[in-house]
Amino acid sequence: MSNTVLVVEDEPNIVLSLQFVMRQAGYTVRVASDGEQALKAVAEYVPDLVLLDIMLPKRDGFAVCEEIRNNPACKNVKIIMLSAKSREADRERALKLGADEFMTKPFSTRELGDLAKRLLKIEIS
Amino acid sequence: MDLLWKCWPSRYIRFGFSSHISGANIGFCSVVIYLDKNYSDMQAEQNYFNSGFYSVEIWETISWWLVTIIAVIGTMPYISLQLKSIATSFRILITYSGGGKIPEIPIEPIFFIDTTFIVAIALALFAILFGTRHIDASEHHEGLVAAIAFESVVKLVAFLCVGIFVTYGIFDGFADIFQRASVDPELERLFTVNQGNDYSLWITMIILSMAAIICLPRQFYITAVENPDEGYVRKATWLFPAYLLVINLFVLPIALGGKLAFASAAVDADMFVLTVPLYYDHGTISLIAFLGGLSAATSMVIVAAIALATMVCNDLVMPILLRWKWFKADKNTDLTGLLLAIRRGSILIILILGYGYYRFASESYSLVTIGLVSFAAAAQFAPAIIGGIFWKNGTFNGAIVGLSLGFIVWMYTLFLPSLAQSGWLPISFIEQGPFGLSWLKPYSLLGLEGFDRLTHALIWSMMFNVGGYWVISLLSHQTAIERIQAKLFVDVFKLTERGNDNTYWKGSVTVEELQQLVGRFVGVGRVAEAFDQFAQERSITLRKNQVVDAPLLEYAERLLAGSIGSATARVLIGSIVKGEIVSIDEVYRILDETSQVIEYSHRLEQKSAELEEATRQLQLANDRLKELDSLKDDFLSMVSHELRTPLTSLRAFGEILSDNPDVPIEERARFLGIIITESERLTRLIDQLLDLAKMEAGRMDWQLAEVDLVSTIDEAVTALNGLIKEKEIILTTDIPESLPSVQADRDQLIQLVINLVSNAIKFCNPRNGKIHLSVCRDNDWIKISVLDNGMGVPAPLKEKIFERFHQSVSATGNKPQGSGLGLAICRQIVTYLGGEIWAENSQQGGACFTFTLPLQAETVDKKIKTDA
Repeated sequence: MSNTVLVVEDEPNIVLSLQFVMRQAGYTVRVASDGEQALKAVAEYVPDLVLLDIMLPKRDGFAVCEEIRNNPACKNVKIIMLSAKSREADRERALKLGADEFMTKPFSTRELGDLAKRLLKIEIS
Repeated sequence: MDLLWKCWPSRYIRFGFSSHISGANIGFCSVVIYLDKNYSDMQAEQNYFNSGFYSVEIWETISWWLVTIIAVIGTMPYISLQLKSIATSFRILITYSGGGKIPEIPIEPIFFIDTTFIVAIALALFAILFGTRHIDASEHHEGLVAAIAFESVVKLVAFLCVGIFVTYGIFDGFADIFQRASVDPELERLFTVNQGNDYSLWITMIILSMAAIICLPRQFYITAVENPDEGYVRKATWLFPAYLLVINLFVLPIALGGKLAFASAAVDADMFVLTVPLYYDHGTISLIAFLGGLSAATSMVIVAAIALATMVCNDLVMPILLRWKWFKADKNTDLTGLLLAIRRGSILIILILGYGYYRFASESYSLVTIGLVSFAAAAQFAPAIIGGIFWKNGTFNGAIVGLSLGFIVWMYTLFLPSLAQSGWLPISFIEQGPFGLSWLKPYSLLGLEGFDRLTHALIWSMMFNVGGYWVISLLSHQTAIERIQAKLFVDVFKLTERGNDNTYWKGSVTVEELQQLVGRFVGVGRVAEAFDQFAQERSITLRKNQVVDAPLLEYAERLLAGSIGSATARVLIGSIVKGEIVSIDEVYRILDETSQVIEYSHRLEQKSAELEEATRQLQLANDRLKELDSLKDDFLSMVSHELRTPLTSLRAFGEILSDNPDVPIEERARFLGIIITESERLTRLIDQLLDLAKMEAGRMDWQLAEVDLVSTIDEAVTALNGLIKEKEIILTTDIPESLPSVQADRDQLIQLVINLVSNAIKFCNPRNGKIHLSVCRDNDWIKISVLDNGMGVPAPLKEKIFERFHQSVSATGNKPQGSGLGLAICRQIVTYLGGEIWAENSQQGGACFTFTLPLQAETVDKKIKTDA
């Protein structure tokens, strides 16, 4: 059974590209376009990896990250935060809140693919 | 009041006794309130004019001269009235030949000399004997007061005798007199008030009598100065009105009796008390009446003369004498004799003045009117007295100016005309006004007619008096002394404890020196006595070379005040302990300085407050800068975000296409399409950012020209036609065919309209979108509105949407399309063109964006010309 990736992003074009990249890598992809949808999706089905944008409608990426980390069922969920904000403060905050990685937009899809693979391997092993 | 009104028949009581008495009653009741309030102060000050007449005690000699002169001149008619009444009564009594004849007033002189003159001299001697036997330490003349009290009783008994005689001797009781009077048509008429003037005159009399009770020097003198105990004021509250009531009982019967007795004959109603018993051949009763009237008149004259003489001596003569260098006030001469001489001389002169007024002017007025003329003068003190007690902001200057103005008007409207009527001034003064100026006529000043003379005078004098007092008080500043005294007087109830030791001093004046000083004014023997008494009361022994302590100094000052007035006393006491005494006066002066210091520190405080304010503003500016800085950070962060988002798509799809050569052809086309639109988005964003930055920095290169609105709007709409069709939106327009051109940058104007319309496209109802664009002219403005049928703008966001990077959620709830800069740019453009832009919600709920553009001045001019 393939790993599930939850893409949380409000820009349709970025969603499309992420969807394509993750599917190419062989993961099952689910999509949420705002913070609330993301939390709902996580509650319904715990994904293996979350690609989480920070600037989201309704609840931002930080809040979603925190909530996921507070949920014991999601202990093993990997989180990669994606941000168009390049500020160092945001990176620190994201890692502090329990994100596994932080990537600044525009990111390389190749790097993202490698990162996802690495994180999910660790989990499997 | 009702009772008073009913028992007040108008005309026939020409001597207005009732109204005087009712006024006096009302006046006394109020004066008691006033005295209760201030009694302790007045007693402590021991100088009724300096303390009682004004709340402020200022040693401005000239002002006190003025007060004294006003009091003397104002009282003159009153004294002359008493002289006239005594003399006339006397003449009637000794010349009346027998019962049944109509009494006439004999013509002067019946002896070799004028009786009135004799009466004046006799009364003067009387007053001198009674009131100036010696300089009294406390200014209390107990003997005098006892004599006056006795005279009052005599007067009451005499009046009651005549009353009972007329009511029950001649007629058959009250009912009989009133019965007879009521059938006499002339008297009947007098029972009612039937002329306009009667009302005003009645009210004037009441007011004057009330004022007289407070202000007449003699009234004040007895109630405040001679009064040794506060308790008496309370007793007088009921006793005095009761006395007036009793003496008033028989006024009506006697007056009516006289009218009935003499029927049509013109007999002076002033003399009814005397002439009615004479007419019925009861000489004894007349004699009793004469004695009663004589005692009343003498007591009034004596008290008035003594009160005035004290004022003249203390406030008029002594200040001058003490200021003259050649007057050796500081040598050890005994001045008691001089003081007594001054007072005695004053009494004599005052009575002679009264006689003079009688000779010159009293023919023109009845006794009662003369009295009221006096009252009107005394009433001029009322505003200052009442103001001094109740108005903390009243100033001394205000009081003096008001008093002077009121007095001048009184002189002009009452005093001078009485001289004119007696022939001492040309009668044209009254009839045509001075120099033929009719608006200056003393009985109808400035054309005020329709009142009797008294009311007329009272209205004008009070208007000037109160007006002057009020205006000058508001314009002038109270000195510290005035402030303190005003507070002491107005708040007298709060200050229950009297400061006995208001004199602090350190010094080396000995008892002997002090005794000598006081002795010169009060009399050596009396001072020795007084000092002994002082020592006894306190169970101490006073040695001659002992240094004086504060209480003794104060005691000495009080002794001195009795003979030379407290103002002068203070100066004198101050002179012997020069620089060493800290009198309350100097405490005031120190307070004055302190108040300057306070003012200075107040200014310092103000300065520091200003500094604080400056600091606060600096802080605000700093905060604002910080805020701007963080706004700039936010802005940069937003810009970064907005730029990175399309870049992310570009890079991602670029990599995808590069890494996956086997992507199906449709997907490849789609991805390439995304790359193209995202680059367009990026370009647009960069353009907008640059435009906004330039506009905000004022570096935009505006291409201003005459722009035709119709074609411009058309072009903008055309540019969006594709999008509108695609979204199946119905766009309606309402544009007048001819519109004046406006001064604008055409490209920016197109941008403006495009921004608003594309906004409307984004936010209108997604299913059946409708947009309405309208243009209209509103005076000098062109108004352009874009209305959609979406959800409208939430009220709190109406301003916020015009800020940079504000992005609203569209009707579909999707992420908004656009940079968030459109409306910010719109605002910049409209503001630059001199218009305004705002958002509101239509009644149907959609958003309506409206902006205005000003029409060119020349266009407006043209329009106006065409209209004309």
